[in-house]
Amino acid sequence: MALLDTYGLTATYGDFQALFGVDITLGEAETIAIIGANGAGKTTLMRSISGVLRNAPGMVQFNGRDIGALAADEIMAQGVAMVPEGRKLFPSLSVEENLLIGTYGRRVSGHWSLGSVYDLFPILKDRRHSPGTALSGGQQQMVAIGRALMSNPRVLLCDEISLGLAPVVIKDIYKAVPAIKAAGASLIVVEQDIGQAMAVADRVYCMMEGRVTLTGAPDALSRDAIHDAYFGAGQ
Amino acid sequence: MIWVDTVAQGILLGGLYALFAAGLSLVFGIMRLVNLAHGDLIVVGAYLILLLVTLLGLPPFLAALVAMPLMFALGWGLQKFLLNRTLGDDILPPLLVTFGLSIVFQNALLEGFSADSQRLPTDALTTASVAIGPLNLGVMPLLTFASAVAVIVGLNQLFYRTSLGRAFRATSDDPVTASLMGIKPASIFATATGIALIIVTIAALYLGLRANFDPNIGPARLIYAFEAVIIGGLGSLWGTLLGGIIIGVAQTVGAAINPEWQILAGHLAFLAVLLVRPRGLFPRAND
Repeated sequence: MALLDTYGLTATYGDFQALFGVDITLGEAETIAIIGANGAGKTTLMRSISGVLRNAPGMVQFNGRDIGALAADEIMAQGVAMVPEGRKLFPSLSVEENLLIGTYGRRVSGHWSLGSVYDLFPILKDRRHSPGTALSGGQQQMVAIGRALMSNPRVLLCDEISLGLAPVVIKDIYKAVPAIKAAGASLIVVEQDIGQAMAVADRVYCMMEGRVTLTGAPDALSRDAIHDAYFGAGQ
Repeated sequence: MIWVDTVAQGILLGGLYALFAAGLSLVFGIMRLVNLAHGDLIVVGAYLILLLVTLLGLPPFLAALVAMPLMFALGWGLQKFLLNRTLGDDILPPLLVTFGLSIVFQNALLEGFSADSQRLPTDALTTASVAIGPLNLGVMPLLTFASAVAVIVGLNQLFYRTSLGRAFRATSDDPVTASLMGIKPASIFATATGIALIIVTIAALYLGLRANFDPNIGPARLIYAFEAVIIGGLGSLWGTLLGGIIIGVAQTVGAAINPEWQILAGHLAFLAVLLVRPRGLFPRAND
């Protein structure tokens, strides 16, 4: 049974329609990657699933429940956590406080705690009293991932976690993915780096202009098919 | 010697202004909301304490304790059901709505209590004084100042030592990302205004014990509070205390030179600080 589904998901910013009936499915213990050029609607899709953009009821199902019309904090409480694009650490909070905010107002049980997040990203323990925004880009990304993990989510939405980072740092960040999966989370990873997405995902969705143009397992998709789905046929 | 005494009185008066201002500073610091009804809420608090004193026969300090949860509920409800709807990119709606609230509170108080000035019942404590070295300081001003320091210390502890404080700071930084962390910004804002009205109740207690009050004095308290907040730097709690002290000292020194200059001197000190440090003495780095 699918853990998370979207059904004909649409999203608009004022008069501008950004998503046109997007259907995606995430299975238990699965990792899917959403790829696409700038403006394809990847981030809008993440914002819709996480509740930052409010949807009509029935468009998003999680664990058999309709979460389409819920607010972001309610969706998070259900077990869907997000690592937002641009990391969005809280500048007034230290590294450790940024991590702890992921557990605000609830008792969470599961693998992830301050200790296990520090085990995953040991550098954060040394910098735990620094302001979150004083860290390097890669370390900030580790805090953003750790902050989302602290709620022990069943689904982790990762929006452009490699954006603006050096290749060696991206590699370090992606090294954490197996541990995150082993702890029981399914992942939706939005990536512009197609190679990285192919390496990490069980299935890939390619988006263009607010629609899914291609889907399949990475090894079943030809280079040409991805090129066409990414840029449009004949480009 | 008289100048030392004047400055000491001014510092203690600053405690009262800091109490007026702390709630305003808290609310502005978290949600960038300028509550123009803040002064009137202090007056509402004073009348509520007066009501509890007269109806239940409670001493003023106990009446203030009873009033605190009621004022918290008033603040929580105001924020949750009214002021949250005014928050957004446009700063005008909250200003207009709180300005309207100010008029509503003033007229409701006039209707309920008339325009006669009132005072909370005083006892020996109100007029007692203690000699500290060569200075003779009133117990009530000392208590006011100590309460202001306690409020600022308490708020700092709340902000930096509790999970609610973390949520306050996170929501203040970025309410959308805070909601992704499971925080409800609307509830956080309501709780913050509730806490601000607990501080308002403390301010109201000392206002009512130290001077007469009537339904129309709110706006002037708002101006003192506002000046203290601006001098200190928007959103800085210790800055707010210092802002209150600067206005208090300016007023007592002004009054010592010429009694007519008391209020004017406070405003001039405010303008002087604004000229030299337009963002206040301790501005927040990320504003």
